[in-house]
Amino acid sequence: MTAVSMTVNGKPVTADVDPRTLLVQFLREHLRLTGTHVGCDTSQCGACVVHIDGKAMKSCTMFAWQADGANVTTIEGLANGAALHPMQEAFREHHGLQCGYCTPGMIMAAVDIVKRKGHDLDDRTIREELDGNLCRCTGYHNIVKAIAAGARAMK
Amino acid sequence: MSATGIGAAVRRKEDHRFITGKGQYTDDISRPGETRAVFVRSPHAHAKIRKIDTSAAQKMPGVVAVLTGEQLAADKIGHLICGWMIHSKDGSPMKMAPHPAIASGKACYVGDPVALVVAETLTQARDAAEKVAVDYEPLPAVVDPAKAKAGAQIHEVAPKNTIYEWHLGDVKAVEAAFRSAKHVTKLDIVNNRLVPNAMEPRVAIGEYDTGNDSFTLWNTSQNPHVARLVIAAFIGMAPEHKLRVIAPDVGGGFGSKIFIYPEEVACLWASKRTGRPVKWTSDRSEAFLADAHGRDHVTHAEMAFASDGKILALRAKTIANLGAYMSTFSSSVPTYLYATLLSGQYDIAHIYCEVDAVYTNTVPVDAYRGAGRPEATFVVERLVEVGAREQGMDPAELRRKNFVRNFPHQTPVIMTYDAGDYNASLKKAMEIADVKGFAKRRRDAARNGKLRGLGYSTYIEACGIAPSQAVGSLGAGVGLWESAEVRVNPTGSVEILTGCHAHGQGHETTFAQVVADRLGIPIENISVVHGDTDKVQFGMGTYGSRSGAVGISAIVKALDKVEAKAKKVAAHMLEASESDIVFKDGKFTVAGTDKAAAWGDVALNAYIAHKFSGQELEPGLKEGAFYDPTNFTFPAGCHICEVEIDQETGETRVVNWTAVDDFGTVINPMIVEGQVHGGIAQGVGQALLEGAVYDKEGQLVSGSFMDYAMPRAENFPPFNIDTTVTKCPSNPLGLKGCGEAGAIAAPAAVINAITDAIGTEEVTMPATAQTVWAALQKANRMRPAAE
Repeated sequence: MTAVSMTVNGKPVTADVDPRTLLVQFLREHLRLTGTHVGCDTSQCGACVVHIDGKAMKSCTMFAWQADGANVTTIEGLANGAALHPMQEAFREHHGLQCGYCTPGMIMAAVDIVKRKGHDLDDRTIREELDGNLCRCTGYHNIVKAIAAGARAMK
Repeated sequence: MSATGIGAAVRRKEDHRFITGKGQYTDDISRPGETRAVFVRSPHAHAKIRKIDTSAAQKMPGVVAVLTGEQLAADKIGHLICGWMIHSKDGSPMKMAPHPAIASGKACYVGDPVALVVAETLTQARDAAEKVAVDYEPLPAVVDPAKAKAGAQIHEVAPKNTIYEWHLGDVKAVEAAFRSAKHVTKLDIVNNRLVPNAMEPRVAIGEYDTGNDSFTLWNTSQNPHVARLVIAAFIGMAPEHKLRVIAPDVGGGFGSKIFIYPEEVACLWASKRTGRPVKWTSDRSEAFLADAHGRDHVTHAEMAFASDGKILALRAKTIANLGAYMSTFSSSVPTYLYATLLSGQYDIAHIYCEVDAVYTNTVPVDAYRGAGRPEATFVVERLVEVGAREQGMDPAELRRKNFVRNFPHQTPVIMTYDAGDYNASLKKAMEIADVKGFAKRRRDAARNGKLRGLGYSTYIEACGIAPSQAVGSLGAGVGLWESAEVRVNPTGSVEILTGCHAHGQGHETTFAQVVADRLGIPIENISVVHGDTDKVQFGMGTYGSRSGAVGISAIVKALDKVEAKAKKVAAHMLEASESDIVFKDGKFTVAGTDKAAAWGDVALNAYIAHKFSGQELEPGLKEGAFYDPTNFTFPAGCHICEVEIDQETGETRVVNWTAVDDFGTVINPMIVEGQVHGGIAQGVGQALLEGAVYDKEGQLVSGSFMDYAMPRAENFPPFNIDTTVTKCPSNPLGLKGCGEAGAIAAPAAVINAITDAIGTEEVTMPATAQTVWAALQKANRMRPAAE
C-alpha cells in the first residue's frame, strides 16, 4: 500500500491505496466523487478530465500517488457553492449535453481551453482543442456553441 | 405557445445533475458488501474448450468464487434468446442456436465469456482471472459473411451457418418490370460493421436478497422491463415478481443497451452463488468484444427505370451477418426493419428483397441507431443517385419525379405511408444548401486543387415502433405499446411514470412539457419517473424513435382520463353538472358563469373527498393508460452533404451539411435539433471513419479507441438544421420521432457527395483517405489520356 495526500476540491485528503490505483479510481471509489467518469482504457475519450494544479489532466492516465501533494479539482468542485460556473451554465443553456456521461470531462477540458486560448474562441480552435474529448450524443455542434459562450461568460 | 408548453425550447430539467457531477450512473452505485467481477473471455474466434482449471485462480488473494459455464448449466440457468421469429422462404423457422451466458464446451467468438472471477476488489479479480487456465482446441473460424455458408459449421442447429433465407415481395412482378426497363442501375454495397460505443460502458450489479429470496439487477439498459421479463421467463433466474431491474442514468445507448446480455445474467447468478452483490463494469476495450455490433450487410441491388426516369422496380439480395449468436432482436433488423423501407420516398410499384442471415465467429450483431433503415436508405439513395448520373439526369429532379405525392400510400413492402411532403423538404434543403451556387463553389475549390462534391439523401424511416398486432403477425415475441401513469398529488404537483427510458433524449423535460401544456401547471411541478420495475408497472423501453410517438401518446391517453375524473370532482365542488365543466389553462369553470376552481383545489378535493360521497365517486386522482399505435410513423426529410477532397491525399472534409426533416409536431425544438446533430455525426462516422475490422482468424483488429476511429469535433462543420411539418395522423399529438433520422440519412449523403466529387462510384465505407485516394488513382488510370 502507498500513502497519498492531496487537496481535492479544497479539502485535504489522505489515504493508503494499492499503488496500482489510478487517480480516477481514487476519486470515484475512495472519495465517492463519481462525477468524474471512465469512458475508455486508452486515454482517448476525456470523460475523466480533472484539473491538477490548475491544468486539465486525464485522471485515468496517472496513478493516485502521482498526484501526491497536488491540488485537484473535479466537476463537483467547479461551481462556487450554489452558483454554477459560467461554463456549466453555458452547457445547460446551449444544450451541450445529452446523456451527460462525457459532460464533466468536457466542461473541465473547456475551462482549461479558455485558460490557454482566451475568451474569444472561434469554431475551428474549439474543435481542434476538443481532440482529446469524445462525445457520442451531440455531434459536438452544441458543445462547440456552449464552449464559445462559456468562454465569453468567463471574462 | 406558452414558455414551457409544446413547441418551446425549454432548457432541460435533467441537466443540473449532469453538469454538476451528480448524475447517478450504474457504475456510480456501490452496494454494501459488494464484490467485483471480471470475465475470462475466449482469445479464439472458434474453439473447443477442452478443460478449464480454476484451482490456481481460486487460491489468489481476495477471490470469492471462480465460476464456469458447466456450473451455470448445472444450476439450470437458461439460455439467452432472440425474441423475433423469422421464417425462411420454405416456411422453416430461423435456426436459433443455444446461447449460454457463459460458454460451455465451445467458444464462438473472440470475447465469448468462458469463466467469471468474483473477488473482493477489481484488481484482485483481474489478477485471479489471469490464473484461470483454459485448454482450447482452436477450430477454423468463419469471419466473412459472404463466405459463411461454405465455412466450418459453428452451431449444430444451423447447417451452412444459415439462420434463415427470407424474402419479401413479388419476385415475378419485379422480374417482369425489369424486363420492360429502359435502364437498369446495379450496385454492390457493403454496409460496414459498426461498434455503437455509447460513452458509458455497460455495467451490471446483481444482488440476491436471501431474506426475501429476491433479486435486484442494476444495469445500463434502454428497457429494464423487457430485461426483467426475459431474465425471469426465459432464463429462469427468478419469478418476475422476485426480480427488480433498475436502469438509472444511462450514458447513451443507440440500440446497444436494448439487449439482454450474458454479463447481466451471470452477475445475478453469481450473487446467489456467493451471497454477495456482484458488480461488473466493462472496460472500453472489453466493450468492443462484448457489446452487440451494428449493420454488416453485403448487398447486390438493382433499380429499373423507364425512359422518362420513372422507377419501375427495385430488387436486392442481402447477406446479413448476425455474428456468433442471435442477440435479442437481431433477426428483425435485416428483415422487417430493412426490406420494408426499400421503397424510400418513392412510388415504386414492384420491390423484391431476399435476405440470408448467417452466423460467423464474430460478436453478435443487433440494432444500432436506425437498425435496418440506414441500410435500406443507403441502398435506395445510392441507386437513385447513381441511376440519375447514368441517365444524365439531375439527381434532385429524378427524385422529384418519383416522390410519393398522395397519402395514404401503400408500398409493395408492407408499409402504408400516412403523411408527408417530400418535395417540400427537398426544396427547402436545396435553398438552405444553396445548391444553385454549388457550381461556383466547385470551380473555386478546383482552383485550390480540391475536388468538391454534393450529395443528397432523401430518406424515410418507419418509427413509433410499433402496432402490437402488426408486429405480432410479423414474428415479434412481444407487443410494442407503451404505458403511462399520471399521479396527481393532493397539492396538485404531478408525477409521470413511463415505461420509456431516457439515456440522453431529455424525456424529463419533453414529457413534462406535454403535461404542463395540458394541465396548465408550472413545469417545475412535474417530475418524470422511469427506469425502475418496482416503480413503473411495465413498459417496452426506448428505441426505434418511439418514446414520443408511443410513450407520449400513452401519457396523453392517461391525461384524458385524469381530466375526465378531475371534472367530476370539480362538478361536485362547484355544484354544477359535469357536462357544464370546462377545463382550460389550469382552471375548471362552469360554462356561462364565473364559478371556477383552480387545478390545485380540485386535486386537493379529489383526495380529501369532502365534497362527494364514496358511492358517487372514488377518491384520489391517478390514472394509467396503455397506448398501442395503429400504424408506424414515417419521419422523412432531405439531407444535403457537401465535401471537399484533397486530390493528393484523398482526405475528405465535410464542408457543409443541411438537414430538413419532417418529424411532425415538435415538442422541444432544441432537443430535436440535438438529436439530429447526434444522428448525423454517427452517420458521417459510418461513412468516413468507423469500421469494425476482423482479420482472417477472427481477431477484432479495431478493438479499442486507438484503432477504431470515433468521430471527433474537428470532423464536422456546424450543421444547418431546419424542419417542415406534416403531422402524423395516427397519434394524438401528431408526433413522428426524431432520434434516428440523422444516422439513417447521413451515410448515403456523404457517399453521394464523395462519388460526385471524384467521378467514380467505387467507394466503400468507411471512405477513409486511403480508400478515396485509391478510388481516385483507379479512376484516373481508367480515364483516356486525352481527357
